[in-house]
Amino acid sequence: MGLLSVALLAAVMVSPSQTATQTQQPATGTAQPANPPAATPQGGVAGSVASPFGAQAQQGGLNVVVLDPAHGGTDPGARGTGGIRESEIVLDFAIQVRRALELQGFQVVQTRQGNDNPSFDDRSASANAQRGAVFVTLHISSTGLQSTARVYVNSDLAPVADSNGLIPWERAQAPFLGLSRKFGDLVQGFLTQRFKGSPDAAQTASVRQLRTTAAPAIAVEISSVTVEDRADLDRMAPGVADAIARGAAAFKPTYVVPNSPGALP
Amino acid sequence: MTPRWKYWLIGGLVIAVIAAAIYFPILRRRVKRAARLQQQSEEQARRELTQPIAINPGDPRVKTKLFWALDTIDSTLVPVTVELPLSNDPVLRSKQVLNTLLAGPVDAELRTLPPDALLLAFYLLPDGTAIADFSEALATSIPSGIVSEQLAVNSITRTLEANVPQVQRLKILIHGQEVETLAGHLDLTGTFVVNTQPALAPVKPASTSTPGADKLAQPERKP
Repeated sequence: MGLLSVALLAAVMVSPSQTATQTQQPATGTAQPANPPAATPQGGVAGSVASPFGAQAQQGGLNVVVLDPAHGGTDPGARGTGGIRESEIVLDFAIQVRRALELQGFQVVQTRQGNDNPSFDDRSASANAQRGAVFVTLHISSTGLQSTARVYVNSDLAPVADSNGLIPWERAQAPFLGLSRKFGDLVQGFLTQRFKGSPDAAQTASVRQLRTTAAPAIAVEISSVTVEDRADLDRMAPGVADAIARGAAAFKPTYVVPNSPGALP
Repeated sequence: MTPRWKYWLIGGLVIAVIAAAIYFPILRRRVKRAARLQQQSEEQARRELTQPIAINPGDPRVKTKLFWALDTIDSTLVPVTVELPLSNDPVLRSKQVLNTLLAGPVDAELRTLPPDALLLAFYLLPDGTAIADFSEALATSIPSGIVSEQLAVNSITRTLEANVPQVQRLKILIHGQEVETLAGHLDLTGTFVVNTQPALAPVKPASTSTPGADKLAQPERKP
């Protein structure tokens, strides 16, 4: 993985309708405007182009939101005593978040539609394949004050220092941390208006899912699976969906994606 | 007329079959038990070899800050100051403070690490990178979630930061292996910053220590 890199200089046209299941080109190691250089996590199995530039940027920046219901498949995530499973609830939340985002005019790409469990890299790849997209991963915690919601952005990562303009896949989030913080603070602000007791600003954590995502990326975590009645969580879904959609809409004008290849966001 | 020896042979075979029918289930249980013991032996051997480092009463008593949770719902850590006899050797000292952290506070509800988690090994490289190897319980028994996993790791790093200045960054292993996440969320593939300053000053004993009993100080918030 160490040598696999995300090419920032790509000027390839990638349709925003691409999904995580699309086959990607193997890494070329060079940046050519008409040929997508690709990062290939896990030895090229689930590789994906990651470039913040291109078609979407030229059409005004942010248009796509990649929505990631965490866990799934054999990984249920957090489990409550009442049989509540994080993997199931976030999938239900995603339906409402998706609807709210689409009402705001965003195109939504989901990393999973059913009870499967794509790898961390595959989930990141579905965002890295987009241009001018943001990434939102949804979680339900085991702890924390009930009926609150927290937004996390990734902890500081080592600066990108590749003279070839390549971002190592392992640190794909590094050049986007500032944008992620801005996006996270906006979403957190709307969440806090809805859910009293939530923090005022996005927090920082080493969230694995965010690290390999080459886009403004946040994790939204709701408290918690320990509710006695699942309906308590279900009632939060519209508010969470609205906050994420409004946050993305507020973030859109500030997400200025450079049109010139080679510039970092 | 059937020869008599054939009766003896048939009788002997019947007795052998009955004996086998009785003995085979016993044998099967013994084989299963032996297999279970073999599976547990590695973990048991590790546990026996990595008994918590005993506090040496001869060591200087030091004010030790241990970071536990503020309350059961908040994700805030607060330092609790305890006077402990700690070694001046950074590796022994790290083991002592981490084992005390794992043992948990007086109020078990405020603990940040699972009660069955163990520190299996601790190493300190010359560049200040520490490697802490915990038992699988750290990953399997911790409540899953970003907030709870971060609270656990932060309690470890901040406890080391406060008590072992030689440790600059920390790598966490689970049962000797690098794992991708602690319990599905927090990234364990890298290292965590502990002390940003290359502080290699010798650790001084507390000048106000009171021999005889450990005293708990009022929690304080780190700014």
